[in-house]
Order: sequence, then structure tokens, then C-alpha cells
Amino acid sequence: MSKQPNNSTAREREPLVVLSKRDTVPLGRAILVRAAAIAIAVIICGLLTLLVTKNNPVKVFAAFFYGTFGTSQLAWVTIHNVALLLCVSLAVTPAFRMRFWNIGAEGQALAGCFTCAALMFYLGGKIPDALLVPVLVISSIAAGAVWGLIPAVFKAVWNTNETLFTLMMNYIAIQMVEFFLKVADKSGSNTVGPDLLSHGWFPELFGNKYLLNIIIVFVLTALIYVYLYYTKHGYEISVVGESENTARYIGINVKNVIIRTMILSGAICGLCGLLLVAGSSHSIDSNLVKGRGFTAIMVSWISKFNPIIMVPVSLLIVFLERGAGQVTVSFGLNSSFSEILTGIILFFIIGCEFFLNYRLRFRSREGKKEGK
Amino acid sequence: MRNITKKFGEKVVANKNVNLDVKYGEILALLGENGSGKTTLMNMLSGIYHPDEGEIFVNGEHATINSPNDAFGYKIGMIHQHFKLVDIFTAAENIVLGINDGEKYDIKDAAAKVSVISEKYGFDIKPAKKIYNMSVSEKQTVEIIKVLYRGADILILDEPTAVLTPQETEKLFAVLRRMRDDGKSVIIITHKLNEVLEVSDRVAILRKGEHIATVNTSDATEASLTEMMVGKKVTLNIDRSEPVNVTPRLVVRNISETNQDGVRILKDVSFTANAGEILGIAGIAGSGQRELLESIAGLGRLNSGEIIYHRPKKDLPVSFFHKTYAQVVRMAKEGKFHYEDGTPVNFDGMSRVRIRKLVNDGKILFNEDEIMNLRDHTPLEIRELGVRLSFVPEDRLGMGLVGSMDLTDNMMLRSYRHGKWVFVDRDNPKQLAEKIVSDLDVVTPGVGTPVRRLSGGNVQKVLVGREISAAPKVLMAAYPVRGLDINSSYTIYNLLNRQKEIGTAVIFVGEDLDVLLGLCDRIMVISSGEITGIVDARTATKEEIGLMMTGRKRVVENEQTTE
Repeated sequence: MSKQPNNSTAREREPLVVLSKRDTVPLGRAILVRAAAIAIAVIICGLLTLLVTKNNPVKVFAAFFYGTFGTSQLAWVTIHNVALLLCVSLAVTPAFRMRFWNIGAEGQALAGCFTCAALMFYLGGKIPDALLVPVLVISSIAAGAVWGLIPAVFKAVWNTNETLFTLMMNYIAIQMVEFFLKVADKSGSNTVGPDLLSHGWFPELFGNKYLLNIIIVFVLTALIYVYLYYTKHGYEISVVGESENTARYIGINVKNVIIRTMILSGAICGLCGLLLVAGSSHSIDSNLVKGRGFTAIMVSWISKFNPIIMVPVSLLIVFLERGAGQVTVSFGLNSSFSEILTGIILFFIIGCEFFLNYRLRFRSREGKKEGK
Repeated sequence: MRNITKKFGEKVVANKNVNLDVKYGEILALLGENGSGKTTLMNMLSGIYHPDEGEIFVNGEHATINSPNDAFGYKIGMIHQHFKLVDIFTAAENIVLGINDGEKYDIKDAAAKVSVISEKYGFDIKPAKKIYNMSVSEKQTVEIIKVLYRGADILILDEPTAVLTPQETEKLFAVLRRMRDDGKSVIIITHKLNEVLEVSDRVAILRKGEHIATVNTSDATEASLTEMMVGKKVTLNIDRSEPVNVTPRLVVRNISETNQDGVRILKDVSFTANAGEILGIAGIAGSGQRELLESIAGLGRLNSGEIIYHRPKKDLPVSFFHKTYAQVVRMAKEGKFHYEDGTPVNFDGMSRVRIRKLVNDGKILFNEDEIMNLRDHTPLEIRELGVRLSFVPEDRLGMGLVGSMDLTDNMMLRSYRHGKWVFVDRDNPKQLAEKIVSDLDVVTPGVGTPVRRLSGGNVQKVLVGREISAAPKVLMAAYPVRGLDINSSYTIYNLLNRQKEIGTAVIFVGEDLDVLLGLCDRIMVISSGEITGIVDARTATKEEIGLMMTGRKRVVENEQTTE
């Protein structure tokens, strides 16, 4: 009867940290916590820079800003990059709100690029530009939509895993572009440039080749915001994402919503591909989307799937990326170092969300020290 | 005398400075409403949680319990509400699972030991039977033996009777008494007063996480316990009115459903739900109640049968809202309409304009209710047919509501399609949410609060409020008071009663037979997907229904089916 556990350390062991979920944090405090996170990140980056490279951290941070906004040309490129990243983020967001993990935005955008470039290559000069541009717009968007539609149909009908499916579709798109490069440019170059894709370019507004793209994306941001928060479709997406059972209960056709939303998601990716090829670079290579399809996943998550918040978040990501590039160049540092700085800053920004959602409490250890 | 004393002060809600002692050789009932912290308290005793403050003493010695294994070290064992058994193993295998006593694994030896325990306490169990072949009560028995096998002297049972029929409950109580007489201490968590009075020696009452009192059962009455549980005097009467204007509203004929594994979950179910009446559905949990309601709501896949809805049309004007011009003319020819003065409608020789005007002015009335078959229609189609069918599903936050959405958006679930063009309309749902909050006394910071943040009772008020707001002709509610405190439960009963009085056909799936007998007009009993009978709730007894729940008794329905 009196048999007790004889392992005294086990008996005295108590959980060290207790996690509990927080209620909502007041907005002011939430902003303060995030600001503090960035401040700490900057300080740590500064110390690291000083210790490792012996460079003046203030100058390093100045280079960050110079690389992003230093000249008006640099600033335009930055804003254009923000717009492109934002565009892909907008694309994945409707799917994410539906809990459909579309990680194939890279491929969907590339499918748009491929279609756009191929049509420019084969139809350019054969039909008038006034006709070619609308053809490019429709076809590129449609190509992205098809790339999104395929995994959606498989998911809706056979419940396949959309994450794997969309990921694999990326590689197919990359190989399609590679194939096109071999066919279009016999020199074996891994880029098909503006000389071969000389027709169907988007017009320059006020002599600025980025402005039209930027305007298109910012209008799109507003549209997607309204779509998600104020339309029946947007509401259905939220319901399907939160609970398929509830969706069935109120008579939403879940399959239709999945397919419809992925068509939209793919179509916006296709639009991004169009903007990349016909709107700015006038060239194509298999790395044209530059991993934005994956970065967008992060942007969308950090923004909690809210298109408006995605604007500053995209700006932040692009700022870090371009600033880091400038640091590498100005100080002759290995590019890994600037990536470390970017990593530290992102770590703190994402990490502070944890503290906004959870409360940590450390156990008081009075009289319990003999265990250790 | 060996005491367990336990004190804690958890900041959040669960338990606040609870002092409790349990003696060997007694049955202690832990009584409290849902959410009063009974299970949390016991989970700390059994090692699932760890108290933030306070200490536990077993046999007068300080004990630190961090895991169920630690708890077994102190001879404490808990039988959870949801069984934790491996389906494809036998009873004996499940019982020895996870025991690490350094001895050789010997299933025969274990089975022998199980038999000894079974005999001692009067369990009825076959050690070699697989879990998936067992009834709920047998599974519970396995759980209890599992704990006894590990030598537990302190047994905690979390709501053990929730899944049992009255007869099975009796058997369980007999076993518990035998264990008590053997010197073990038994803690039974419950919120059913009659069981407390029947089986326990002492009662500890928890309210909002605080220990209110521990009293001897012999000194307690149902009223005194309720008062301590709720904190104020409550009257526990359901005003059951006599049904008026009873007409068939929903006639279910011979429906059968087979699930994905090929198991028949509904077998040839037939019944009639009448307007102005509450039809109760009794049965052991998982006997097909959920599938039955879902198939009526358009969420199931029936193999056969019909769901006939009598749409109340008699003496209502015909409109072009649901009928085309051609349909109206055809039905007039078939003699389905009459004028206000009772003369039959004859459109012969009338111009199209004239007929349209007569219909639009509401001069043409239906002779009879419209009869339609709802089978194989989706929930959306059912609504488009003009069937006002409301459904309060069992899984509130997983089906009836979206937990992360606020009250307004949850109101919108039913009405979002009414918005203009592609946009949703949030104004009307917001007004509805505000109305429900004030009418039903929903405790919430505002209509912009996610429903997940509300307490169980308030969540249910939101859901029931929304479903009733559609002015349903058929209202189905599955376990609408599960997890609710006493006051909220009576609010819900009153709402259902009011619906019945205004002529709704109410279908109520319940688990508490006392409530079913007090609230309903007729009770239909379902057992393994089959209807074992429909009885008059005013004359039926609990025992009778209990026997029907296990399929051991059948009552042939003697009411006329409408043809």
C-alpha cells in the first residue's frame, strides 16, 4: 500500500515553463512589441557587424537605405519589386484563406511568363501590336489559371495533397521554360532577350517603364481586399477555410469554391508572369520569377492574409533583400553576411508574433534546486 | 484515515483554491455545472495537467504528479469520458498495454488476472473480445478494469453515465458500490443530480472553479444541491403545453443510409414530425441520430426512402415567386386553387394579363398543402424550394457556426446570399446579431467578438437564435443543451417550447431522459439506426425507453401514417 515512486528527482521535477494562449493584445501594445522586435534585431545586427567585419554598423545600415532608395532609379526598381512580390502574395492569399496550401505560385507565374514569351516570339511582328497585347494579357492569365486549376480539380475530386501537387507543378513549368529557351534561342543562351521578344511590350507611362505595372498591382490589391472581405465569394472562401462541415451545412458547394478560388489564384500568378515579361524585363529565363512564389507565402502569412498589410510587409522584404545586396557590394563582403543580417531581422519579426499570441511563465524554483 | 488535500490557485478560470479530501471506502461525487472545473481538477490529480499552485497529499505524504504514470505510482487512476482504447486489440491486450513492470509479457497470465478482477467486482467481460466488437458500456468496463489492473485504489470516473442506458447505469453503480465496500475510493464526476443522490456518500460541489461545499449525500436534496451548484434558487420546471393544430409537417418514410465502410447507419426509418409538437429522439449516443438529422437537412446520402415535406400552403395566395405562369395555369386546370369565397378557380377564357393580375393581387388561393420530396436535395436546393427548415447541429463550432468569425459573420451564414450583386450585406446580419444578443441575453463584449471566445451556453444561444430567426416550419436540434449550465438549458427548452406553440414541428435529439420526458410530446427511440418505437412522452417511463434504446423492447406505432 505504501509503495511510492522511489525516484526522487522524477517526483520533484516540475515543468519549467508554462505556455498559455493570450487573449487579444491591444493594438498599441502589439505595435510596440513589433517595433521593439525590429529595434532589437537592428542592435544585434549592428553588434554582429562590428564584431565580425569591423565595419561601422551605422554605415552598413546607411548602405541598406541607399541600396533601396538611394537614387530615384533605385527607388523605382524597389517599388517595382514590391509590386511584383505583392502581386504573387495577392495570388496565393485567396487560396490560403481557404486553407489550400498553394505553394505553386512560382510555377503558375512561370506558366504566365512562358505563355507570354512564346506568343511574343511566335506572333510578334505577324499581327499588329494593338492586337498582340490583348492576346498576351488573356493567354498569360489563362495559362496561370490552368496551372492553378489542375491541382484544384485533383484536390476537389480525389482529395489529393495540394501542397505536393502544386510544388511538383513548379518543376514542370521550369522545364517548359527551359525547353522554350532551347527552341527560341539556338545560341544556347539561358535567356531569351528583348531582341527576340521585340513586340507586344506594355506602353511606358510618363516615360517610366515600371509605372504601369505598379499601378496595375496596386489597383489589384484594392480589388482583392474588397473581394476577400466584402463579397459573397470572399465570404465563402473564409467559411470553407474555417470548416468544410459548416460550408456543407449552409449549402456551399465546396468543390466549386476550391476550383474557382484556385483559378483566381493561378490567374493572378499568370498576370504577374505577364507583368514580368511584357511589362518589364521583355525577356525570359527559368529563374525570372526569382523565388517570389515562395517568398509570397511568407508575406501572406506574416500579413495574416490581409492584402492591405501585405503592402508594408512586401516593402520590408524587398527592402531587406535589396539593402543586403547593396551592403555586399559597398563593403566587399561575402553575400552570405548580408543574408545573415536579413535572416536575423526576419527571425525577430516573425518570432515576436509568438510572444503576441502566447504568454510564458517561468516556474518559481524555491526549494527545488536539489534536482540539478 | 488517509487524506488527499489539494490546494491551488490558477489565475485563468479552471480552479481556484480548491480544497478537497477523499477517504478510502467512499464514493465521492464531484458535482458542478459544465465548465465549473470538475474535469480540470481531476486531470491534475491524474497527471494530465499540473497545478499552478497548491499541493496534493496522498496518504498524508506530499505528492508531485506530472504524468499519468506518476499518478499510477500513487494508485490513482482515471477513466476518461472519451475512451482511450486500441480498437483492434482485445480487452486483455488493452488492459496490459503500457505496463512496464519488468515482468515478461504474458497475455494468458494477464487474462487470468483480468478474470479475477472481473469476478471480484462483478464485471461482465470476455478478455479475448476485440474492442471494436464491444458496446460502449463494455468499453467502459475495459477502461475501469485497466485502472484496477494497475492497482489503483483511487478511481476517478469522468461523467461515466453520459453514454449509458438507465439499465447500464444501474449495473455500473452496483460495481462502484462493490469497489467502495472493498475499501477503494471512487470519485465520480457528474452534473446529474439524481445519480449523485443515488450512488454517492458525499458530494463536493464546484462552482466557477471554486469549491463551494462538501456535504453528506444523506443530508442533501435535489433542490439544495442545485442551489449550491448554480448559486441561487432555480425552478426546474418545463411548461409543457398541450399541442394544438397538430398536422403532419415532415413525413419520413423508410429511409436507409450506408456509410463509406458499408455499414448501415439508418435502417428503414419512418416517422412523422407534426407541426405544433415536439418530437424527441432518444437513443444511445451514435445510434444514427446525427445521420438522421443530417439526411433530412440534405447532408446525407440516402440509399432509399423518402422525406416528404408538407409545405403549409392551404389558404395561402399563389404567387409567381415560386411558380411560373405555365405552372399556375396547369395547376388551375387540375383544380388546385380556389377564390377567397371558396369557389374553384377556372381560368378558361381569361386573358394572360387578367390571370397575372389575379395572382399578383393574391386572389388565388391553394386548396391544399404542397407536398414535396426533399430526398437528394442539397441544403441550398431545400432552401430554394421554400422549405423553412432550421437545424441546430450537434457540433456547434464545427458545423453550425464558424468559431473564428464574429457574431455578425455567423449570422451571415444563413443570409449572405441575399446581398446585392456580388457583395455581402452585413447590416441586416448585424442587426439580427444585436437582436439575438439582447433577446436571449447573450453574454459577449459585442457582436464583433469571435464566437469561439464565448462560453458554451452563449455559443448555443447564438446558434439557436439564428436558426429560430428564420421562422422555421421544421426545427431540428441535436443535443442543444449539451455542455450548457442549468439556466442556459432552460432558456433553450423555453425557446423550443415557444417554437412548438407557434406551430413549428420541433425535432429534439436529447440524452437526458428526464428532460425528454418532460419536454417532448412524443419520443421516438432509435437503436443502432433502427426505430424501436414511438411513445407518448406523457405516459412513458424511463425504464421502458431504456429497454427500447438497447433494442430489447419494441413498441409498434399505432398512430395513423398519413398517406
